[in-house]
Amino acid sequence: MIDQAILKREEKAVFGLRSLYRKYGYSPYKMSKFEEYEYYIRNKDFLVSDRIITFNDTNGRLLALKPDVTLSIIKNREDIPGCKQKVCYNENIYRVSDSTHQYKEIMQAGLECIGDIDLYDIYEAVSLAAQSLALISEDFILQISDLDILSAALNRVCPDAEFQRAATGFIAGKNAHDLQRLCREFDIDSDDAAVLSRFVSVCGSRVQVLDQMEELCGSWLGDSLNRLKKLSALLEKSPYSQKIIFDFSVVNDMNYYNGIVFRGYLSGICDGVLSGGQYDKLMRKMDRRSGAIGFALYLDLLEQLPSQRSSFDVDVLVLYDDTAPVAEAVEKLISGGKTVSAQKAVPPRLRYRELLDLRKEAATC
Amino acid sequence: MLNIALPKGRLGEKVYAMFEAAGFECPSIKEPGRKLIFENEENQVRYFWVKPSDVAIYVERGAADIGVAGKDILLEYEPRVYELLDLNLGKCRMAVAAPRDFYDDGEKTLRVATKFTNIAAGYYGGLGRDIDIIKLNGSIEIAPILGLSDVIVDIVETGTTLKENDLEVIETIVPISARLIANKAGFQFKRAQIEKIQQSLKAQVEHHD
Repeated sequence: MIDQAILKREEKAVFGLRSLYRKYGYSPYKMSKFEEYEYYIRNKDFLVSDRIITFNDTNGRLLALKPDVTLSIIKNREDIPGCKQKVCYNENIYRVSDSTHQYKEIMQAGLECIGDIDLYDIYEAVSLAAQSLALISEDFILQISDLDILSAALNRVCPDAEFQRAATGFIAGKNAHDLQRLCREFDIDSDDAAVLSRFVSVCGSRVQVLDQMEELCGSWLGDSLNRLKKLSALLEKSPYSQKIIFDFSVVNDMNYYNGIVFRGYLSGICDGVLSGGQYDKLMRKMDRRSGAIGFALYLDLLEQLPSQRSSFDVDVLVLYDDTAPVAEAVEKLISGGKTVSAQKAVPPRLRYRELLDLRKEAATC
Repeated sequence: MLNIALPKGRLGEKVYAMFEAAGFECPSIKEPGRKLIFENEENQVRYFWVKPSDVAIYVERGAADIGVAGKDILLEYEPRVYELLDLNLGKCRMAVAAPRDFYDDGEKTLRVATKFTNIAAGYYGGLGRDIDIIKLNGSIEIAPILGLSDVIVDIVETGTTLKENDLEVIETIVPISARLIANKAGFQFKRAQIEKIQQSLKAQVEHHD
């Protein structure tokens, strides 16, 4: 029986998440720590960083320490028409840290659903993302965006690739002022520029955002907006409905992602802890016909959450010598629910609540 | 409590005046002394003075929910933050400057001295020009005079320092000004307060324009 009290937050999360994903039919997927380097380099644009730790296998093959989970899962799944393959994982990956520029081990948990994705699958993934965050803390926000809607708006305003790349960056940064400047540089019609600027400011309650989007671009958005409305209606029944908002600043790489994308934040953690979305475009690049949706939760970030620190390392420090009945004393204390450290001398930095000195000289004092 | 990182110096003082006018005053900040953190419980704000180039780090890492940083710092370090507003303060430009008689015939690798290596690499990368970046931390203007570099990439405000060192601007890379930035996670949980400040600062900026 595991004592829950000694588990770290990320360890508890791993158990909780696995149990949650199993309920929805996601099978655990265990992958090798290594993969052929060539495989990643063929798809390096999809990776957060193209700096990968490599080494030679015993037979000379160049291998890489896994920098990503999704690519490995896609590689090992076949297209099965009409079916969906659902897997969940808990894996360590190796990437270069943005802050230290050194390699870092990142603990990741998540799921992937590959196959003929429909509205229910999108709802299930978003709902599970919300439930995953709630398992760690109820104080969370899950932002949802729709890249099909954003793409439609960008294509309508200006098809130029350079414009679209820069505009997407400004929308991701909620940077309306530079977006307006960009529109002026590209001689964008002022009404169109105003529509694009609203993608920066329109965010928050799903109902309000949908109303504003309907007014703004309902006439030419059609199906995409209807899908977003249906998704929102399904999410109304979620106990976390109020914490799931629409925000078009969630912009995953549009070369790989499409449709619904999302990002989750927990209060007390300075960065997004959950990231995911539909990646049908990546599937096409890998010659797969089916669609896919998934997300990852960065468990290493949970260390940033405030935790209660104990003032003591152990309840009882037992000091003993060769004459003392130490085993008996330690077992008795432990069976009484205490934590014990048996030592022959007081360790310099050990913080203990009580001292039990069984040494001969202590008995004679 | 909303944590606000302000850049030390004249720019920071101007920015604080804008926050004060927005109704987020913290009178203790004006008291003389070496204290760096000031709090107003009533307004639910905590200000702290930090080195201007560090503001973006405080905000990106969540120690501050919002802050004011120069566009030069945002372009150079590309922190993962929201850039909510151009405050139109501290206006200057990032530029390429060279000795008056300099002519780039494109035959040799261009030696570029700068503090802003990322901006310089991005600019010349876009032009397809082969360059050798020489990272300096100050007195950039003397690099071409001493033959250390052909040109410099630096912030130009009035151009007086350049003139005094016989240099001139040969290309403007990007205009620079102070920006209101926000931590992405902090924005989610303190959105109402941050948007209130953003709207008020925006009204002040538009009033001055």
